[in-house]
Amino acid sequence: MPKSKIRALDGAHAVAEAMRQINPDVVAAYPITPQTAIVQTFSNFVADGLVDTEFVAVESEHAAMSTCIGASAAGGRVMTATASAGLALMWEVVYVAASLHLPIVMPVVNRALSAPLNIHCDHSDSMGTRDAGWIQLYSENPQEAYDNVIQAVRIAERLLLPVMVMQDGFITGHGVERVDVLDDGTVKGFIGEYKPEHSLLDVDNPATYGTWDMYDFYFEHKRQQTDALSKALPAIVEVGEEYGELTGRKYGIFEAYGMDDAEMAIVVLSSSAGTARMVVRGLREKGVKIGLFKPRVFRPFPAKEFAEALADVKAVGVLDRSIVFGAMDGLGPGPLYLELCAALFAAGNTTTRVADYVFGLGGRDIIPAYVEQVAQDLAEIAETGEVKTPVSYLGLRE
Amino acid sequence: MAVNLEAGWREASIAGTIFEAGNSIEYITGTWRTLRPVYDAEACTHCMICWVYCPDSIVLVENSKVIGFDYDHCKGCGICAVECPVKVKAHAYTGQPGKVIQMVEETSFE
Ligand code: SF4
Ligand code: SF4
Repeated sequence: MPKSKIRALDGAHAVAEAMRQINPDVVAAYPITPQTAIVQTFSNFVADGLVDTEFVAVESEHAAMSTCIGASAAGGRVMTATASAGLALMWEVVYVAASLHLPIVMPVVNRALSAPLNIHCDHSDSMGTRDAGWIQLYSENPQEAYDNVIQAVRIAERLLLPVMVMQDGFITGHGVERVDVLDDGTVKGFIGEYKPEHSLLDVDNPATYGTWDMYDFYFEHKRQQTDALSKALPAIVEVGEEYGELTGRKYGIFEAYGMDDAEMAIVVLSSSAGTARMVVRGLREKGVKIGLFKPRVFRPFPAKEFAEALADVKAVGVLDRSIVFGAMDGLGPGPLYLELCAALFAAGNTTTRVADYVFGLGGRDIIPAYVEQVAQDLAEIAETGEVKTPVSYLGLRE
Repeated sequence: MAVNLEAGWREASIAGTIFEAGNSIEYITGTWRTLRPVYDAEACTHCMICWVYCPDSIVLVENSKVIGFDYDHCKGCGICAVECPVKVKAHAYTGQPGKVIQMVEETSFE
């Protein structure tokens, strides 16, 4: 095992620490709650001379991502970080980064979108960009946020795709936990050097980036993006295994907890998986055949892997921390549910029943009793094979 | 040719990046033009005002003389016709009084 140090860090500081160790060529960022601690801490590192990074204090998130795009096309290792309205303001150029196949890494500290104005956690911001062509990794705690950011550099540069690394606003971002921080040399060795094949600053080999593309080529270039994303899952797994060999913390596509012989499953992203795991553990001790899936990778969505893993499961409860407004006759299920249903349908699975539970919007707490309620529903669904309420809400006042 | 126009998505350069400098000459932008600048070669004093003002370097010059326009790339903005300082009583092509450069409906050439 390499040298490392146990530290008490919240998710934002853990990510800033990872960024210090990555020592990117360029960071262009605009502060926004609850991401602020990342950018503020990192800019301290810049001011203290602890990194070689060119830090660009931009006037908006649109400018942040635009700067990242230019710097990445110029051949730099480039990062930014954002949340909520910041990500929404970036929207246009978030697509450009992916379309130009630029390996930018962006930690996102999940926060609700307005209105009404709310600074607390849900996944509306990053889920809004789920079709933008980025790889998306979700982290349960500060340790995972730290580990995912370091791996994201390797994943991005290998696939030539940008990577977003999510953690839950305040719950993870401002929640201090035990984080095993690798020593600087180990991180440096793991990420290696970035040697881009082409660069805007290579004046001996001039090239035009971000070209004009009409009906004669645009379609082909979109197909190249799906091709790159379709190769991403094995690469993400390989990097996660290599990271595991190095640190003892192996990462894959999703975490399956108590899924051997499980007849019921709960699927949930990020910090709420901790609450769900605790409930599942308790139920397992009572002999209930229930397990937990915590997807780490949402983009690309691991459809085949999920269909296989859920093939013999009778009832699945998906916990979604955002709403796809207007989906399914306007019922407004979450994106995780829709993706999972599509995966099961495409795999020809007609026996696994799925119910969606929207929870935690605008930072509302999820408590063990809510997860227990889901488990009770699932027991009934498994028994009857019938989903009475496809989309329901946890912790909502009626 | 900098770009293979028949390339499938596997052969096409990633994201449409073009790895050859000076490639905009390949793109025939003159097809967008609705008005064509036509100059009266006899009346032209070769003052080069049009050459200076054209934003797209379309005015073709040889031995300090205007010899024509690059119609493959001229967008028909008409700046040259406005800036041309020399007047004619009857333009050699249009027969109209006005400037040495006059703008003519593109469709009249087909
Ligand atoms: S501005 Fe008119 S007169 Fe002068 S060179 Fe051009 S066409 Fe000739
Ligand atoms: S019409 Fe415009 S583009 Fe064409 S030659 Fe005149 S100034 Fe140049």
